[in-house]
Amino acid sequence: MSPLSPITASEQAQPVADRSQVGPRTLRLPLDPLLTLAVIGLAVCSVVTLGAATRDLVPGQPSYYVDRQLTYLIVGSLLMVALSRLDYARLRPLKSGIYGLLIFTILAVLALGHAARGSQRAINLPFFSFQASELGKVLLTLALAALVVDRARRLRDRDTTALVMLAALVPAMFVIAQPDLGSGLVYVVIALTLLFVAGTSWKHLAGLFALGAVALTFVLVAAPAVGVHVLKPYQVQRLTAFLHPTTNAQKEGYQQEESKIAIGSGQKTGRGVNASQSKLGYVPENHTDFIFAAVGEQYGFVGAALVLALYGLLIWRALRILTMSKDLFGSLVAAGVAAMLMFQVFVNVGMTIGIMPITGVTLPLMSYGGSSVITTLLAIGLLQSIYIQARASQALKGRVLR
Amino acid sequence: MSAIEPAGRRDGRIPVSPQLALRVAILGGLAMAMFAIIFFRLWFLQVLSGEQYVQQANANRARDLPIAAPRGEILDREGQPLVASRTTNAVQIVPSALPPAGSKRRLLYRRLGAVLGMTAPHIQALVVKGRTALPYAPVTIKTDAGRGALTVLAERQSEFPGVTQQPVSIRAYPYGEMAAQVLGYVGQVSEPELKLHAFDGVKQGTVVGQEGLEYYYDRYLRGRPGIQRVEVNASGYPVPSTLALTVPKAGYSLKVTLDRGLQTEGEKALLEGIEQARAGGKPADAGAFVALDPRNGQMLAMGSSPTFDPNKFAKPLTESEYAALEGKAGASGEAAPAPLTDRAVNGTYPTGSTFKPITAMGTLEAGVINPTEGLGAGQCIHVSTEQFCNAGKADYGPVGLVEALKVSSDTYFFEAGELANSHGNIIQREAHKLGVGQQTGVDLPSEITGLVPDRAWRAKVAQEELSCERRRHVSSCGISDGRPWSVGDNMHLAVGQGDLLTSPLQMAVAYSTLANAFTNGGDGWVVRPHLGMEIDASQGRLVQSLSFPAQRHVHLNDSDLNLVMQGIHEAASQPGGTSADVWAGWNQSQHPVYGKTGTAEHAGKEDQSWYICYLPDPKRPIVLAVTVEQGGFGAETAAPIARLLAAQWFGQAKKFVAGSSHTF
Repeated sequence: MSPLSPITASEQAQPVADRSQVGPRTLRLPLDPLLTLAVIGLAVCSVVTLGAATRDLVPGQPSYYVDRQLTYLIVGSLLMVALSRLDYARLRPLKSGIYGLLIFTILAVLALGHAARGSQRAINLPFFSFQASELGKVLLTLALAALVVDRARRLRDRDTTALVMLAALVPAMFVIAQPDLGSGLVYVVIALTLLFVAGTSWKHLAGLFALGAVALTFVLVAAPAVGVHVLKPYQVQRLTAFLHPTTNAQKEGYQQEESKIAIGSGQKTGRGVNASQSKLGYVPENHTDFIFAAVGEQYGFVGAALVLALYGLLIWRALRILTMSKDLFGSLVAAGVAAMLMFQVFVNVGMTIGIMPITGVTLPLMSYGGSSVITTLLAIGLLQSIYIQARASQALKGRVLR
Repeated sequence: MSAIEPAGRRDGRIPVSPQLALRVAILGGLAMAMFAIIFFRLWFLQVLSGEQYVQQANANRARDLPIAAPRGEILDREGQPLVASRTTNAVQIVPSALPPAGSKRRLLYRRLGAVLGMTAPHIQALVVKGRTALPYAPVTIKTDAGRGALTVLAERQSEFPGVTQQPVSIRAYPYGEMAAQVLGYVGQVSEPELKLHAFDGVKQGTVVGQEGLEYYYDRYLRGRPGIQRVEVNASGYPVPSTLALTVPKAGYSLKVTLDRGLQTEGEKALLEGIEQARAGGKPADAGAFVALDPRNGQMLAMGSSPTFDPNKFAKPLTESEYAALEGKAGASGEAAPAPLTDRAVNGTYPTGSTFKPITAMGTLEAGVINPTEGLGAGQCIHVSTEQFCNAGKADYGPVGLVEALKVSSDTYFFEAGELANSHGNIIQREAHKLGVGQQTGVDLPSEITGLVPDRAWRAKVAQEELSCERRRHVSSCGISDGRPWSVGDNMHLAVGQGDLLTSPLQMAVAYSTLANAFTNGGDGWVVRPHLGMEIDASQGRLVQSLSFPAQRHVHLNDSDLNLVMQGIHEAASQPGGTSADVWAGWNQSQHPVYGKTGTAEHAGKEDQSWYICYLPDPKRPIVLAVTVEQGGFGAETAAPIARLLAAQWFGQAKKFVAGSSHTF
């Protein structure tokens, strides 16, 4: 690994170069090159796939989605670079404010958000619709990491585990109520991963899983049986449809079945211009949640493998940065980001290939959408910051005491 | 995945705590497992089952739309089209391009309805029906909307979103009502028809023959539709694409035996006869004629009145229009004669005296009568309490067979019928032998069987009546009065009355049999009347010559037959003959006429006028059968029509000459 080599390509390189000439010495430390490479690679894949899949989606504007996605990627990258320049540790004392912002934005969406496709997930700003639950993933990661660090000495207490889980479940419940089941699940996964990485006892973790199993049974089986529908019926149907796709190919299983046909028909090298499934609208949401189906159909196994390899690189770097971090806060933030990426990639790709339920989780960086793209780039900005700070503390002190 | 750094690295960082290392390793392991699962699944989907998914994807996007095949023409015997195809623009709706359901769409339907003269609910019903039948295809709203409506729609396209025009081929009948019942009409194949053997391989929405020759020869005329494969998106809207196209195969054309000149003249003459009868105070509400080549059964002309314009069927009919064609009672009382019925083939009538030659042949051949013996003296014949009289109580005195046919003596044939009764079914057997009371095998979708009443039939209907009464506990079912066969039944049959039921076509066949035997020394044949002649490909190339061999050969006693023929020839040519004055001025030496008048009585109605004749010719002999319901005596209405037809056929001066004979 040679992280000191300068970055040459991409839009991120420019501001870095500018600042490196005028800024103080500490800022000259460059971004993690492999992490940056993965981000650029995925951004390119996203734009190329969208370009082909959405050409006929808006009549007369073949580049409608590509133009917007490019804008989101550039804005997100700028934010990522900006965040990487910031010492993430400065965010730790702001945990109450961050958590408050999280709850506030989510409630604001619930209160003001307009109904888009039967859901209230976004606030329409003049230039783009803001999906608070996406940004919430980063906010929650920061707030929970700070909370865990504060109680680092009482990690084995049951109270700590309960407090952390409660702090995650409150926004998760609000988000699920929007209804955005996918993001809610991401919150829970982030909390569990933070506890896991921080060193919560196995007993507590086992207890949490048992509780989760009981809750799931209650929500899916027991409550509907007595007439209480915690999840909306369509959510339950989506969640269970993948278990028996062919029996309801016209209803809930339709998306998934068509998505499987799209990916399968891509074969080894893809159908290219003949990709009828994603071009003619047989795969709904082929530019957002089901973009992996468009990748699989157009570029085949080769294209899908390339995208997955880039995610592999991304997740590996996240875990690597976790271990590099100069402090526990950095490790936990990296763990949260890694958990978020892993969960979203696995659940989203699994959904398009028919092994996971449809939960409305986006594919980080690939799926079209400003909130998702910018949130993911912010999270990666945090990873970059942790990386830079770790490198800086090594360079300055030679040794880092943990 | 190298998430855990080995301790003691050269950059001098302290190793991470063992607990963190373990947990990060678990996270890394989880990530590896997840990627492994995804890769295996992708391999399975894309590499192992990719082929199958490609097929599914192609099945998803490609839809087959039928392209209608041009229907073959129907040509007359000279090769001139009687039925052709015409191209017009059909107004169609592309459901996926319609404005969203609601007020906008309702407004569109209303506006479109105003242009096309249809109601909005009707249009909506058509769209709903069409979408269920072929979900991705445009729905045809009106086939022949007329130039004005098409222009409006074309000029103001933006006001009619989703409404398009599609060139379609529809049936055209250049001669309008001519031979309408014979030619038949076409329509979209119906649900029950699809199950019929005759429509094997026909796809829903195909236009097929529904009646007449269009129906009977449909398998030749309809051709084979082509297939346009279109690429459709998930909402079923076709997208521009270049997929395989199967060119439709045009239907073959059918050449028929009809002679257009004779057909036109026949219909004109029939109308003229009907008008004359009406001028004479008769209702004369329906009629029919058949012109047959007696040698081979070719139908030279066939008409039925009232008639209809088959062009009406080129576009959908309203319910009331159809009811009128079927002769169903409208709001204004009594049912009118049905224009759709081909009376020449499906009319069931007693024939009056035109049946007498058959009675004569039967009784002569059985030896029941002696041709020279005088019979039928007096005005009436008395059998038990019943009396059987001549028309107008005429008294011809005792006459021989030839004279009896010439003057159409009823008393003669009543006696012959009385004599024949004790010998069993002599007349009935003769009628069947010559072709009456059985289907002729004509190449049309339906024909009546008819009835020549005999003992067995009367016993059968009496039994049916009895069991019906028992079953339904009523005093009478109206099938029969339950009485047994009587000599009176046979006497009525002998003069073509009573329960006899036959059609002009069957009578024409019977006379053809007589004519064939007459020209061949007693060896005749019962022809199979037919219209089809040839099946031709589009450029007139012969595909198949249609052959209709005679139904059977019959032998008639030559000398008996000569007497019968002499009788009906004298009837049409000698003074005192029933139709002699009708043929006044006709060159009998060039074209001798063998003709018999008939006047069938119907209870409570004006008499039915009949005339059947045979005109021999070495090249173009002809048998004509004409009837006019409620047209009066045979000589006054039917016979003049037959003369007009004969004049047309042999190129003679046409003259409507009403006869004066008031005989049955």
